[in-house]
Amino acid sequence: MEPTNVNDPEYYHKVVDCQYACPAHTPVPEYIRLIAAERYTEAYMINWESNVFPGVLGRTCDRPCEPACRRGRVEEEPVAICRLKRVAADNKGDVKNLIPKAPKQGNGKKVALIGAGPASLTVARDLAPLGYEIHVFDEQIKGGGMMRSQIPSFRLPEAVLDEEVNNILDMGIHTHFKTYVSSLKDVLAKDYDAVFVGTGAPRGRDLSDLQGRKEGAANIHIGIEWLASVAFEHTSKIGKNVIVLGGGNTAMDCCRTSRRLGGENVKVVVRSPFTEMKASPWEKEDAMHEDIPILDNHVPKSFVVENGQLKGMTFEKVHAVYDEKGKRSLVSTGEDHVFIEADDVLVAIGQENSFPWIERDLGIEFDKWEMPKVDAVTFQSTNPKVFFGGDAALGPKNVITAVAQGHQGAISIDLFCQGKSLADRPAPFTNLISQKMGIHEWSYDSVVANDHRFVVAQADKTITLKDRKKEVELGFNKLEGFKEAQRCLNCDVQTVFTVNRCIECDACMDICPTSCITFTDNGTEEDLRTRLMAPALNLEQDLLVSGTLATGRVMVKDEDVCLHCGLCAERCPTSAWDMQKFFYNVTKAHHGCQTA
Amino acid sequence: MTYIRPTFRHPNLPKNKINYTKKDYEGALSTLCAGCGHDSISGAIIQACFELAIEPHRLAKLSGIGCSSKTPAYFLGNSHGFNSVHGRMPSVATGAYLANRDLVYFGVSGDGDSASIGMGQFVHAIRRNLNMTYIVMNNGCYGLTKGQDSATADAGSISKAGSTNLFNAIDLVGLGLELGATFIARSFSGDKTQLIPLIKAAMSHPGFALIDVISPCVTFNNNTGSTKSYDYVREHIEATSTIDFVPTMEEITTSYEEGDSKEVALHDGSVLNLQKLNQGWNPEDKLSAMIALQNAKTKGEILTGLIYIEPKTQSLHEVLGTCETPLNELKEDLLCPGQDALEALNQSLR
Repeated sequence: MEPTNVNDPEYYHKVVDCQYACPAHTPVPEYIRLIAAERYTEAYMINWESNVFPGVLGRTCDRPCEPACRRGRVEEEPVAICRLKRVAADNKGDVKNLIPKAPKQGNGKKVALIGAGPASLTVARDLAPLGYEIHVFDEQIKGGGMMRSQIPSFRLPEAVLDEEVNNILDMGIHTHFKTYVSSLKDVLAKDYDAVFVGTGAPRGRDLSDLQGRKEGAANIHIGIEWLASVAFEHTSKIGKNVIVLGGGNTAMDCCRTSRRLGGENVKVVVRSPFTEMKASPWEKEDAMHEDIPILDNHVPKSFVVENGQLKGMTFEKVHAVYDEKGKRSLVSTGEDHVFIEADDVLVAIGQENSFPWIERDLGIEFDKWEMPKVDAVTFQSTNPKVFFGGDAALGPKNVITAVAQGHQGAISIDLFCQGKSLADRPAPFTNLISQKMGIHEWSYDSVVANDHRFVVAQADKTITLKDRKKEVELGFNKLEGFKEAQRCLNCDVQTVFTVNRCIECDACMDICPTSCITFTDNGTEEDLRTRLMAPALNLEQDLLVSGTLATGRVMVKDEDVCLHCGLCAERCPTSAWDMQKFFYNVTKAHHGCQTA
Repeated sequence: MTYIRPTFRHPNLPKNKINYTKKDYEGALSTLCAGCGHDSISGAIIQACFELAIEPHRLAKLSGIGCSSKTPAYFLGNSHGFNSVHGRMPSVATGAYLANRDLVYFGVSGDGDSASIGMGQFVHAIRRNLNMTYIVMNNGCYGLTKGQDSATADAGSISKAGSTNLFNAIDLVGLGLELGATFIARSFSGDKTQLIPLIKAAMSHPGFALIDVISPCVTFNNNTGSTKSYDYVREHIEATSTIDFVPTMEEITTSYEEGDSKEVALHDGSVLNLQKLNQGWNPEDKLSAMIALQNAKTKGEILTGLIYIEPKTQSLHEVLGTCETPLNELKEDLLCPGQDALEALNQSLR
């Protein structure tokens, strides 16, 4: 193999598994160390710069970082990254004076943001401090979008959301709430220099063709609409027997909300097998903890309506069959259809984009699924003035993805308004600094803690089921937060190898607790992976290969289960190994990144 | 600070025949200097014992005093150990070996421990052909007392302080040949591909197996002008042969060109497969071994690899015809067979 090019910022970035997996590339280990040091405000601000809504995400994030966490490959459970973020948010000091304001003198450019969800608010936050005049339009009375309408208060208290939304709106954003935008043409006719569409995926899928759907309509609700109706206090009760259809996180929010509005006998009924449900495992656990059974392998067949009143639903029992390509089909078991009693049914089987308010003659091309054609890097549509982000851009995902897209949209809008090429994306900010303090001292806590993942305490369900605004999770306290933070392996403290300093004493190879380092003859990657101290079977993890050493061999390090304990560097007599902290931050829209 | 070694290990660590991973052969975290050759040798011992699938509780580590003799703390943490008085490890080994021939004996010594204070003991252990592996971690200096020249420092070698050694070195390999050691090898801590099979072969040998391992002292003897530095040894190293250790019952798959290869069958059925690099050398012919050694010395080369082996040797127990059962397993009825046995014995002597 050729020597690894560690000058490519993406090499070391990839070693920081959590950060690499995060759509916004939040510098996770950096803020976890700050939490351990009780520097909650700094930890919060690192998050805020990157993901804009640390308090919200610390409670509700889909956490793509956690399945990626190296700790999960070394022992059983990853670090509780998401809930540590909440520790920072819960314990932070006053951050108002750390948040930038819009300059008194604007730059003369106006941008309209349609929808006040996480994508639009991210664009607002990135552009307002640069002098842009930002106008946000939303049909609701407050900002937040689906974070407000679809995430129930028992998971995300309103005060937390209000604070983080207002931190942005207080920058001097012009808000136009209770204003439904019914025509993009009208918006474009005004003097905006650019328009950003962050209207989410507002349409819940329905079972329109199912028998009894029309007759039982009064007691059949679309999940996301019903959740919004609860959030804005138009709905305050539901029947005793409730069926929630669907296996995603919206279904979990629907069933748990039902339990708080009078639902005593609430069931989740889902087509797919339990293990293949789309909901996050922890959300399924939380639902079952609130005495909500999940019936899998049940396909809805009809709504049963008697005398104009919904009585329940019938289901066909199925099992999953997989063809040789792994494609799943649900095949009937041949048993009789099952009847399940219900006073109300919530349909939470997915959501779709919907752009009835965008005229089709504005130069915005739509594909055969009625989705606008949006560049996946610049988020520009085929009308150069119109940008998309969040669920509206590339289909429904999650808050953290919307934020990441918002950042890129803001960069594009800024470049567009300054007459620059959108292809000229700013490079990430990187920094690589030795952590050596002395013979046995590093400026990070290199000892690997043996603790298993700590469990986040929950409030008693006799209390939480009575009040839909009572937050269920209590969060880690400071001590638990410290202990959980210590489980982090500091993957951003990189093992940096300098080939011409190595005297090939083998000390690093002998000491490495996880047998990552091998000195051997060079070969192809496929061959090398079989010849290491322990076979490098995880092909997603790179090999760090040195240049040729004095004896003709090379140093090969499998990054897979490196504990970043620093023992290689400590046992190295010539500092050929050093532990160096790699800080990687996605550059946001700012004029520092422009040449003129 | 990382004095503490993490407890996590690679989830796919290979297992040996008795289902152990290398972790089961590790010891405490070394306190020797970073980059010490001795730590590499410890690593090679761990690897060799793992590959030989030795049950750790069947092995006894014995050592004297010195940096080298500290190392048994850093490997085979589940084995027996005896850290003896300076230079007296051979006596302790002799006693232990006579008391219990069932254990595998592994002696670790240094150039000071063996070539100076313990020389009188060392030579008698060779003469008696104890069934043990005897590793000398040879760095040519007294590292524990700040690097004075030892008895194995070559004449002309320059110390870190700049003084030149005026005295000739004691060559432990030459000494071993002269005294009749039945397995003699030299190796280098920086060459595990050679050292590991040598250790495995030594442990399979039924008599006294000496391995003199040149092991650079990174702190006091790794300077320019030293003949025991990493750089100097790498530049001057020569090998008698490459060496493959093929355990019992395993098919030999490597094939060498005729004339250059040599197989040595060991008493336990394992085979040493040697690819000769040194013309005229035959590992079972002591004279050719001595000539190869002297030739290398004349040329200023460091001859490594297997130097001499006498595979069908008789160990001390066989020579003395001693009891096969370890003394601690001899029960009272055997040790005190009673009046009748005494009578019979007395009768036989009349």
